[in-house]
Amino acid sequence: MMRFDTLLNTPAEWMRQGHSHGDIVVTSRIRLARNLVDHPFPGWGRKLENETTLRLIQPTVEELPQLQNAFSRHLNKLTTIQKQALVERHLISREHAARAAGSAAVMNQTQSISIMINEEDHLRMQAIQPGLALRESYQMLDEIDTSLEESLEFAFDKQLGYLTACPTNLGTGLRASAMLHLPALMLSDQVNQVIQAVNKIGLAVRGLYGEGTEALGNLFQVSNQTTLGDKEVEIIARLQKVIEQIVNHEKNARQKLLGDSTTMLCDQVGRAFALLRHAHVMPSKEALNLISMVRLGVDLEFFPSDFAVSLESLLMEIQPAHLQIRADRKLPTVERDEMRSQIIRDRLKSLPEPDISKALGSLDEGPPSN
Amino acid sequence: MTCDLCDETASVFLTQIVDGQMQKVNLCEQCAKAKGVTDPTGFALADLLLGLGTEESVSSPAQGTSGEVTADSLALSDGPSVCQACGFTHAQFKKAGRLGCSKCYQIFGSGLESLLKAMHKGTQHIGKVPARHQALLEHHYELDQLKAQLDDAVSREAFEDAARLRDRILGIEAELESLEAAQAAKSPANVRR
Repeated sequence: MMRFDTLLNTPAEWMRQGHSHGDIVVTSRIRLARNLVDHPFPGWGRKLENETTLRLIQPTVEELPQLQNAFSRHLNKLTTIQKQALVERHLISREHAARAAGSAAVMNQTQSISIMINEEDHLRMQAIQPGLALRESYQMLDEIDTSLEESLEFAFDKQLGYLTACPTNLGTGLRASAMLHLPALMLSDQVNQVIQAVNKIGLAVRGLYGEGTEALGNLFQVSNQTTLGDKEVEIIARLQKVIEQIVNHEKNARQKLLGDSTTMLCDQVGRAFALLRHAHVMPSKEALNLISMVRLGVDLEFFPSDFAVSLESLLMEIQPAHLQIRADRKLPTVERDEMRSQIIRDRLKSLPEPDISKALGSLDEGPPSN
Repeated sequence: MTCDLCDETASVFLTQIVDGQMQKVNLCEQCAKAKGVTDPTGFALADLLLGLGTEESVSSPAQGTSGEVTADSLALSDGPSVCQACGFTHAQFKKAGRLGCSKCYQIFGSGLESLLKAMHKGTQHIGKVPARHQALLEHHYELDQLKAQLDDAVSREAFEDAARLRDRILGIEAELESLEAAQAAKSPANVRR
């Protein structure tokens, strides 16, 4: 049985690999919702009933070839902070973290597959990949779904499709989403226009962990809202098209900033670099926003390009629960902010000062070919 | 800005466009959590059911009628109000925006249609079908086709064709019956108990 520390000390696959689309698409995620026939949904089921469905589902999930030697735990065997760390890793939802007995989480060590048992539905399965890889992620999950349905009978209706606790997930039970890093659209005040346009065509935009509309670290999640009346591949294709358009807008905004607002752009990246390198108190929100600017600097070749990968794991390490697990005790906010600044200072020690000559050089030659 | 449900300071601001209708809701952290607003897609339902945001809703002229969804979905109280399978009530659905079990869809389903229309792209699932349903669905489809052909043959007084079609229909019906029986006997883990 995999230990929690082993899981957490392994960087997720999406944190280690290079990205496509100029690093603007951070991750692609697919989620499928499924329920067993003849059992109440977890939100309505009594404790005993949920424990029954858990006993039926968990062994079947653990038998999957994709989840051999997986991390698999009942949620009442995890501390609040451990569950919060899994939320920070995007492995379980906040709703799932609030649950205890009768629920479980199963995931592989590379954290590309995560299965929540008895969240809002009996099964919430997730595949997460770096960059724009919605189709690949769906394929991974579709295979798992097909193997599971050999031994579990899922609630299905020929008109309504897969039956879910909430009618918003009926039909395919599929939620496809991509995490986008949009600093240039933010800096040039265009991000709200983009969000409104995306909303208008029936897609949802949310922040890093779905809270409100404010996006931390210029990270936005775009996902489908409707699940019934369309084929899975069509839902994914439509989302993919929109994401490609947003990526183009962001790329154009970056080129425009480089050309028209060079000083402002250099100032933003330079300030972020200076603060992260020298601050001794670093609140979470501020850190995310400053790291976003450094990441933009990496994308624009102000910094060596291989640094993007370490920023990804740095972002994770400085989250509140990750810090407290590292410290092995509960930390008040003040201590967290101090510890966070120290980790960031250490990590950025090897990062040379921003060098804008390369980026400005490429501007003279016209837009980059990618 | 204060929360639409209590007088706390609102910290969750939601703007959603469902079927051309814009809905704005302001909630405090606690109410947002209580209403399950952490998932904004799940929220559309709670929003519609609670009739929340109707004062602020802006209907686009092209699709101005979608505002009636609220009234329609509440009219669902005409049907039975308790699910015999799990004991879930219609009142609880109105409160939580979620159902009790998969059987609830049969009990409360008829009233859901207008809600689903507002919420989704269509009301007919056209995506993946579990393998154990696939064969059955194909047979049902073939059966429908043959029955239509039979009606046609009878109306044309082509009785030889009709007799041939009738035999095929009987054959498929028998096959369907044995398929359904086999499936019941197959008993996957969650039905075994």
